[in-house]
Amino acid sequence: MTKPLQLVFRATFWLVVAVLAAALVWLLSYLVGLNGPVYFLQAIIDGARLGFVYALIALGYTMVYGIVRLINFAHGDVFMVGSFASFYAISQYGWGFIPAILFSMLVCMSLNVVIERVAYKPLRNAPRIAALITAIGVSFFLEYFTALKWVFGADFITYKRPFPVDVWNVGGVLISNITVIIIVITVLLLVVLQYIIGRTRVGKAMRATALDKPTSRLMGINVDGIISLTFALGAALAGAGGVLYAIAFPQIWTFMGVMPGLKAFVAAVLGGIGSIPGAFVGSLLMGEIDVLVVSFVPMGSRLRDLFAFFILIIVFLVKPTGIFGEPEVEKV
Amino acid sequence: MLRRRAFPAWIPTALVAIFVYLAVVYAKSSDLITTYWYQVIQLAALTAVSALGLNLIYGFNGQFSLGHVGFYAIGAYGSALITKDFLTKWSGNEVGSLSWIIAGQAGILVALLLAGALRVGSVWKRARAYLETGLKRHEALVLAALVGVILLAAVVALSAIATWVLEKGLVVILQNTVLKLPEALAQNVIFLLALVNGGTVAALVAYLVGLPLLRLGSDYFGIATLGFAIMVYTALQNSDTVIATMKGARGMVAIPRWTTWPWVYGGLVVCLVIMRNLIYSSHGRAVTSVREDEIAAKTMGIDVAQLKTLAFSVGGFFAGVAGGLYAHLYGFLHPSSFNVIRGFDPLIIIVFGGLGSMTGTLVASVMFALVIEGLRVVLPQGFEDWRFVIYPIILLLVMLLRQQGLLGTSEWGWLRPPLSPERDIPVPARAPRSRIAAEAEEA
Repeated sequence: MTKPLQLVFRATFWLVVAVLAAALVWLLSYLVGLNGPVYFLQAIIDGARLGFVYALIALGYTMVYGIVRLINFAHGDVFMVGSFASFYAISQYGWGFIPAILFSMLVCMSLNVVIERVAYKPLRNAPRIAALITAIGVSFFLEYFTALKWVFGADFITYKRPFPVDVWNVGGVLISNITVIIIVITVLLLVVLQYIIGRTRVGKAMRATALDKPTSRLMGINVDGIISLTFALGAALAGAGGVLYAIAFPQIWTFMGVMPGLKAFVAAVLGGIGSIPGAFVGSLLMGEIDVLVVSFVPMGSRLRDLFAFFILIIVFLVKPTGIFGEPEVEKV
Repeated sequence: MLRRRAFPAWIPTALVAIFVYLAVVYAKSSDLITTYWYQVIQLAALTAVSALGLNLIYGFNGQFSLGHVGFYAIGAYGSALITKDFLTKWSGNEVGSLSWIIAGQAGILVALLLAGALRVGSVWKRARAYLETGLKRHEALVLAALVGVILLAAVVALSAIATWVLEKGLVVILQNTVLKLPEALAQNVIFLLALVNGGTVAALVAYLVGLPLLRLGSDYFGIATLGFAIMVYTALQNSDTVIATMKGARGMVAIPRWTTWPWVYGGLVVCLVIMRNLIYSSHGRAVTSVREDEIAAKTMGIDVAQLKTLAFSVGGFFAGVAGGLYAHLYGFLHPSSFNVIRGFDPLIIIVFGGLGSMTGTLVASVMFALVIEGLRVVLPQGFEDWRFVIYPIILLLVMLLRQQGLLGTSEWGWLRPPLSPERDIPVPARAPRSRIAAEAEEA
């Protein structure tokens, strides 16, 4: 390549970069200018609120996938059961917020452990697709069984919040105590989870099981117990997520788990499935995308799912195993 | 081991096929079954067509697709647009959307051919390689991307022009052929055109979606196709903003109810013959080899990417045809018939019947319809809600008791692998142990 040609190309490159940058700046300033910076910040904060709830669900997906390579489609429905458990605890028995959240975590844990024992454990050595189909079956069962008249009923139920809603005005941006509670509880649970996985013996056993089951068994790890524990931990997070989601969006019904479940799962995949920080980052991204699309794209509230999955596909094309995923190694 | 057959396997199969056809015709004409059950039988048969497509993609080619319902929906809406326009516009000698749909497909084909002829992919790469000799890597990347974008834009523009010109010509041709036919015949011709076009549109979309996505690993591909299905669903819910007759979330109504048993059965037989002959051809063996071991297939000189898109497009075609039949069965389309929950149906059917077994898919489709609709009949008054409580329990029990599905990978009659004419040994259509099972053992 001759020197002048190189200069021409380099100039073209900078021209392209300048045009792209100008377009980006214009877009951002247009979006911010459309309804003012306060509106933009508000969307970011609402997105974070949604993202933190997604994170609680996504972690359950990613942990279960990491350890048994199963897409647990019933996880979204466990999340729904968590919402309903806390609903009954609060409105029927008048429990406070913290007991209700603990109660629904407990209910979800026991439910998920039972599901694992009944539906997934017998299929541990079967083709993976068999377990996936039973997961879909369990999902259907939970949705339609709880929709029966004498269980939860098929109607939308208004969720009674266990505490009054306070809204603080910070320079025009409205922050409610719900947002603060969601973020605090999620971060708390994440820290506990990180501690369990990273610092305890059980956590070490979980990591070992995820890495190599037969070897873990040889090392004296109770693999079945660890798998059950993983399901229980994931369900506990989903239960807490169910309560927080219902507090943020106080309309619950038995199919409420489908879309948040899928979104959270996609968030987990977006971040790189099997990776816990990945699930967290992916969920935050997903929440932000959801809210930003609704706030700024024309017809956004109707098209938000389209955008969310479109971005997933774009991420896949650039990085096929998600943001934090390790590249798949083909071994011969 | 030699396996000689007393007489050609297709004879008993053809007899059974004719018997099934006549049995349904007889049962309907002598009022043994109600119109409701007549429709259920048709629904079972057209579900089988769609499930066969998925079995080709997942069961035979090993690509875990959760987005099959998207192609089904595209076929349904595409063909419904054509026939509905026929009803409303053709009396005024107008062609409606048929010419646009055909011309659009032709335009996309032109674009694909142009992109192939201009070697857009390799031009981009070569430009990058050349630019890297004098520039930094990121600079070369951006400039080469610019070259690629310009080329792509040129191709898209050319194909748009081709579409526009073709549409004008097609209108004239259709006005002088199909429109001149007597109405009863024209109706059948249009229905056939609508079904085929529903299939080809779905196949084309499958090709375009599969081209980038089929590189992904198995589970990631599943999620990406699931995303595709949800995108189609959301787009359909808002379709009224683009095409008013699609009516979006209110549901498309007044589609002619032309689907009859001969149409559905004919479609099923044609698709089955295509699929069986594809699978036992040399291309088909290559398709199955991709499922068994992608790396080994590559080292044998098999173009893995091409075969994946082939299986994916043909599977999409079947789903599109099935969707067209479905649209004209009830005369009403609503996006909720194509949501994620319904999207699991074909997957459940093929796993239930046995992955990689065409016979299994046929049996499972019938049983699926029987379970879903039979429960409606069996359950007493006031317990209708229990239908979808009992159905997943049945599903769970079947999966727990028979993990390989009802038929595993075995086939029956003419659907079995044919004998190779030279050697009297069965054409190896599958290895004894599928890759999916091997994967489970490893995990």
